[in-house]
Amino acid sequence: MRKLFVSFAVKNNIDIKMKTLFDKVWDAHVVDTVPNGPQIIYIDKHLIHEVTSPQAFAELESRNLEIFRPKQIVATADHNVPTLNQELPIRDELSRTQVQQLTENCKKNNIELYGLGHQYQGIVHIIAPELGITQPGMSIVCGDSHTSTHGAFGSIAFGIGTSQVAQVFASQCLLLNKPKSMRVTVNGKLDPEVQPKDVILYIISKTGTDAGTGYFCEYAGEVFENMSMEGRMTVCNMSIEMGARGGMIAPDETTFNYVKGRQFAPKGEEWEEKLAYWKTLKTDEGAVFDAEFTFDAADIQPMITYGTNPGMGISVNETVPTPQNESEEKALKYMGLNAGQSPSEIKVNYVFIGSCTNARIEDFRSAADYVKGKKKAENIIAWLVPGSQQVAKQIYEEGLDKIFNEAGFQIRQPGCSACLAMNDDKIPEGEYCVSTSNRNFEGRQGQGARTILASPLTAAKVAVEGKIVGYQNLN
Amino acid sequence: MQKLVLLQSKAVPLPAENIDTDQIIPARFLKSINKEGFGNNLFRDWRYNSQTNEPIADFVLNNPKYSGEILVAGNNFGCGSSREHAAWALTDYGFKVVVSSYFADIFRGNALNNGLLPVKVSDEFLKDLLSTITENPETEIRVNVEEQNISFNGKSEKFELDVYKKICLMNGYDDIDFLISKKAEIEKFEQKTQKVYES
Ligand code: SF4
Repeated sequence: MRKLFVSFAVKNNIDIKMKTLFDKVWDAHVVDTVPNGPQIIYIDKHLIHEVTSPQAFAELESRNLEIFRPKQIVATADHNVPTLNQELPIRDELSRTQVQQLTENCKKNNIELYGLGHQYQGIVHIIAPELGITQPGMSIVCGDSHTSTHGAFGSIAFGIGTSQVAQVFASQCLLLNKPKSMRVTVNGKLDPEVQPKDVILYIISKTGTDAGTGYFCEYAGEVFENMSMEGRMTVCNMSIEMGARGGMIAPDETTFNYVKGRQFAPKGEEWEEKLAYWKTLKTDEGAVFDAEFTFDAADIQPMITYGTNPGMGISVNETVPTPQNESEEKALKYMGLNAGQSPSEIKVNYVFIGSCTNARIEDFRSAADYVKGKKKAENIIAWLVPGSQQVAKQIYEEGLDKIFNEAGFQIRQPGCSACLAMNDDKIPEGEYCVSTSNRNFEGRQGQGARTILASPLTAAKVAVEGKIVGYQNLN
Repeated sequence: MQKLVLLQSKAVPLPAENIDTDQIIPARFLKSINKEGFGNNLFRDWRYNSQTNEPIADFVLNNPKYSGEILVAGNNFGCGSSREHAAWALTDYGFKVVVSSYFADIFRGNALNNGLLPVKVSDEFLKDLLSTITENPETEIRVNVEEQNISFNGKSEKFELDVYKKICLMNGYDDIDFLISKKAEIEKFEQKTQKVYES
């Protein structure tokens, strides 16, 4: 790993016209700059969901303010919706209240809502890209830290708190200090068994969970250039797990082809105009980043986490490392693991393929490819939770459901589900779950639950083998 | 928003590092639709036994020796989810200041938007402060927002706070008040960039 920090002094000497992708998009959204203070940044799209919006609506109401640009807001119910029997009223009273409150708030304020039962409903970070709402060069926010997902299109997208949700409601703007910029470059070719999730878990295991704090991160190099949009979204999704405000990838033909023809994508003349602009969105040669990391694709193998933050990752062929400090010791204790232990010894009982990190059609295709003709192991309960109604529809249209059903997997209805266990999809205390989600924090998947983050392919393998297995194609 | 100019108080030591927002307020308590009451579940899983719901005696918030409006925590406080509920839980419990040697970005912003001041100090200062208050829970800490200074037992350190946020904090203003005052410029920007999506 090469780590290079460039001081501000050096940066100022460089020709001021050389801009990073991030600079270009950010600068295009500056309404004004407060002297000695933050900048007013215009927000193109504001995504909202049931958990982090009610207090913001209440805030506006208490100040007698109207929503400034309701047409630029899209709402969905995802965080605490059930993944079984969505057509019935939600059983949990608090969840039901939140979802009802969202419905009322949207109705009152003329906000488009893709709620339960709507053909577009799903996890907020899955639906906006698949509907063509997410486009290159945009500024996108949501009261959810994994908003960084949308950066895969070359937009600046980041999570905000509820006070900021209220600010955007009131003014379609935010007061922000411009973050520093960093670039993570991965060159070379990935082994076919290595998925985008492995790439990002590898990067975070090397940089740590706070390397990105204060930064916006651009991913560059062959690995990302050759990656599908789904893969790029998986990578950008987890930018926040290395502390970055957001991640982004320069838009290219892959991006344009993905966006083109989607429901809310620009059409006709507008498409041509936008496309011409989008093509300018790349880092100028010679632009300088405040921090750079470079990795080699050949070093990356299928990854899992063994601790309680996403930076505690190893390849499936490694053994649990010796803890280096008290917090790592605490993590191992929580996980019930010992240094030197092989991942194959972990008694995994749950597999979860879902979340905004890995619940797109490509993820289910790669899992189905592997599972085809096999059966899940007796000890494993395998939940597949599609990221959206549209993904679910595709699963059925492509016949993946048959493969999964025959293998004994359970296909559920769309939502965040066991990613954060706000609904009934909880992993019991002390049990291990190999999960394609993004966070392995203590209690994230249920009180006392033990999460092992992995790619969809690894998760599918674990479901079939009944345990984590090593990786054969060693370079 | 509540004003914060000067605070003198005892402090509660919580030396754990990387305290994420799931620990500050677990996701299962996010189902409320208002801002009150989150303090009861602050650090819930460290504070109460998961089976019996009895307070865990050796957790610092359950230890009557420690009190005050300042929480002193280990490095990298507030990482993880963007939930503002973490800031609400801390303020609802009664904290006005959190001291650490590092704060996650989003948490920092959320805290300031709720009149909760994150004070970032050096590792040495933090270590000294943590051991002092752990041994002498009566130690008084002084946080001066105007001078951007934190002190105890004659030792002191400056902390960063941007001018704009400082004015907000000292006057109890928030970002909404400011942004609303800029409506005309925002509309001009929309026209200039043709970002008018209103039909
Ligand atoms: S799937 Fe998980 S990470 Fe993604 S938005 Fe839902 S809760 Fe957040």
